[in-house]
Amino acid sequence: MDENEKILDDITRQEYKYGFVTDIETDTIPKGLNEEIIRMISAKKGEPAWMTENRVKAYRQWLTMSMPHWAHLDIPEIDYQDIIYYAAPRTTPKYNSMDEVDPELKATFDKLGIPLEEQMALSGVAVDAVMDSVSVKTTFKETLAEMGIIFCSMSEAIRDYPDLVRKYLGSVVPYTDNFFAALNAAVFSDGSFCYVPKGVRCPMELSTYFRINAAGTGQFERTLIVADEGAYVSYLEGCTAPRRDENQLHAAVVEIVVMKDAEVKYSTVQNWYPGDKEGKGGIYNFVTKRGICRGENARLSWTQVETGSAITWKYPSCILAGDNSVGEFYSVALTNNFQQADTGTKMIHLGRNTRSRIVSKGISAGQSQNSYRGLVKVSKKAVGARNYSQCDSLLIGDKCGAHTFPYVESDNRSAVIEHEATTSKISDDQLMYCNQRGIATEEAVGLIVNGYAREVLNKLPMEFAIEAQKLLAISLEGSVG
Amino acid sequence: MLEVKNLHCTVEGKEILRGINLSVRTGEVHAIMGPNGSGKSTFASVLAGNQKYEVTEGEVSFDGMDLLGMSIEDRARAGLFLGFQYPVEIPGVSMANFMKLAVNEQRKYRGLEPLSAGDFLRLMREKSAIVELDSKLTSRAVNEGFSGGEKKKNEIFQMAMLDPKLAILDETDSGLDIDALRIVATGVTKLHRPDNATVVITHYQRLLDYIVPDYVHVLYKGRIIYTGDKSLALKLEEQGYDWLINQYQ
Repeated sequence: MDENEKILDDITRQEYKYGFVTDIETDTIPKGLNEEIIRMISAKKGEPAWMTENRVKAYRQWLTMSMPHWAHLDIPEIDYQDIIYYAAPRTTPKYNSMDEVDPELKATFDKLGIPLEEQMALSGVAVDAVMDSVSVKTTFKETLAEMGIIFCSMSEAIRDYPDLVRKYLGSVVPYTDNFFAALNAAVFSDGSFCYVPKGVRCPMELSTYFRINAAGTGQFERTLIVADEGAYVSYLEGCTAPRRDENQLHAAVVEIVVMKDAEVKYSTVQNWYPGDKEGKGGIYNFVTKRGICRGENARLSWTQVETGSAITWKYPSCILAGDNSVGEFYSVALTNNFQQADTGTKMIHLGRNTRSRIVSKGISAGQSQNSYRGLVKVSKKAVGARNYSQCDSLLIGDKCGAHTFPYVESDNRSAVIEHEATTSKISDDQLMYCNQRGIATEEAVGLIVNGYAREVLNKLPMEFAIEAQKLLAISLEGSVG
Repeated sequence: MLEVKNLHCTVEGKEILRGINLSVRTGEVHAIMGPNGSGKSTFASVLAGNQKYEVTEGEVSFDGMDLLGMSIEDRARAGLFLGFQYPVEIPGVSMANFMKLAVNEQRKYRGLEPLSAGDFLRLMREKSAIVELDSKLTSRAVNEGFSGGEKKKNEIFQMAMLDPKLAILDETDSGLDIDALRIVATGVTKLHRPDNATVVITHYQRLLDYIVPDYVHVLYKGRIIYTGDKSLALKLEEQGYDWLINQYQ
């Protein structure tokens, strides 16, 4: 191993820095999954009967389904009876002021770099924080309410806005959609709900912070965002989890409804615990994210920076139903050590003159496997549909894998679909050039990787882009051989 | 400033440098010439620390330090600059970001505080004027889509930013049109001071019209076989290397 390789190797082996556990009293239910458990979750949350029935229906559907195995992933057998499906910090999760928040909990979010007060005061970001299963804090609620914007936990939404929830929940990702979506519909414990009324432009970034803390639990959150006609909202989610030797399951569902002339930007910085450098532990991240552009000129944009999780299975998608609607997917997926990622998007063109754009940047290091999987589908009626896809892979070292699985199904002759793909490596010449300017290999790799991902990072809101940049560099520490 | 003694190196088992001796004092300009394949670029790379080459014998002291014992980045931070013959592209990384990191790494090494954003931008503006580098280029990615001339100007711009004690310019004149050559060469001349030194590797006398060398060395088969003053370059331009090689053999 020469000097550069050694440094690369060291860089890519850095430890996960969010691996701490918060010592906080947790209210959990017994392990396992059956109708009784589902009714118990629903009862714990004080849900109305219709919600309980929805859950039971989803559970029965789930029983008839099996795990999908088509992804380029090696997923160990998961024992669904060995998971705790509900865990909540015991402190009553309702706060009117910061003084009421459990100090341990506050410390946790401080450690994660999201001090709630500071966020409130300085950045103008409204934050909903979900610890284990329950939403612990939603900031800025009052400010938003003045504009008619609803931003609250899913539990509160079910209680306070049942009509909106019943109208839209499951309308984009029905419980019949797939194995994990059915599981989520049955057991989801909380999540965020956002409704932006007609013509309202949400003046601040909305953000949800997800944290798995309790051991042996799964996290199943459910997010629903509705942007009514002419509305605009930019939404960001971040995720971390403690280091544990066992694998933990995260099966979330995000649904987005974008009406005529509305726009939603959804950004994710996913940094679930990826497992250690031998591949032990880590989160199984099996997530269904989908949005629909229902009306004309609707716009939906997904941006994701994926650096965490042992296994990622996730395809944020756009159904472009409204004429002239636009779907975008910008992704940086970084895998290191023994991580596996199979991620991409689906762009379903239904309306006339619909446009979609896919920019996927994969970075594989260590012995990881990183796949892009994307579907561009153009229906008969989608006259004048256009898609542009760009899938780039960057390899660091020679033990990792990068794969691209683009699927194109076009039933319309007028469609224009473009696909570009590149694969590259960080060259010795690039490292030499940086070194000669006084930049050590470790920094040089971070610099080159960030440059490679620039186009996607630029799509993130400023403060998160900086966070994501650091995360990319850190996640690579210890990577090439 | 630079003292090279009996330097030998190999690449993939093949000996390229076979005992180079060279002494460069502050305030001097040295030119290294020689036929293709004589080891000129290898010599520059070895001084910079490129690990493709294995040093098998010899010593190099730079500013009193054991150069061969230093990492590539420490050599750079200590004030050794290499102007690359083929500058590489780093997509997505802006010149400004790249230089900011480079300048601040050097400052850190020397125990100085990082430059403020304002001071840095001022420095960039001032230094890019030396090589008439379009200020738009500094907001573009490192060397990406730069023309041959722009890349070479960009090397000298970086040299100006880092203000090295010793600059080694590897065929900085190759691929330049007449105007670009003048700009690059006068840029180098402007940067030359009594307290620094420059080593230029070139095939052509025309560069030396601008950068007037104190010594001209001829490298052949991994050794310096002849050293003269600036008139040697003119003679080589007229007569080629054969007379020297014959004399050497």
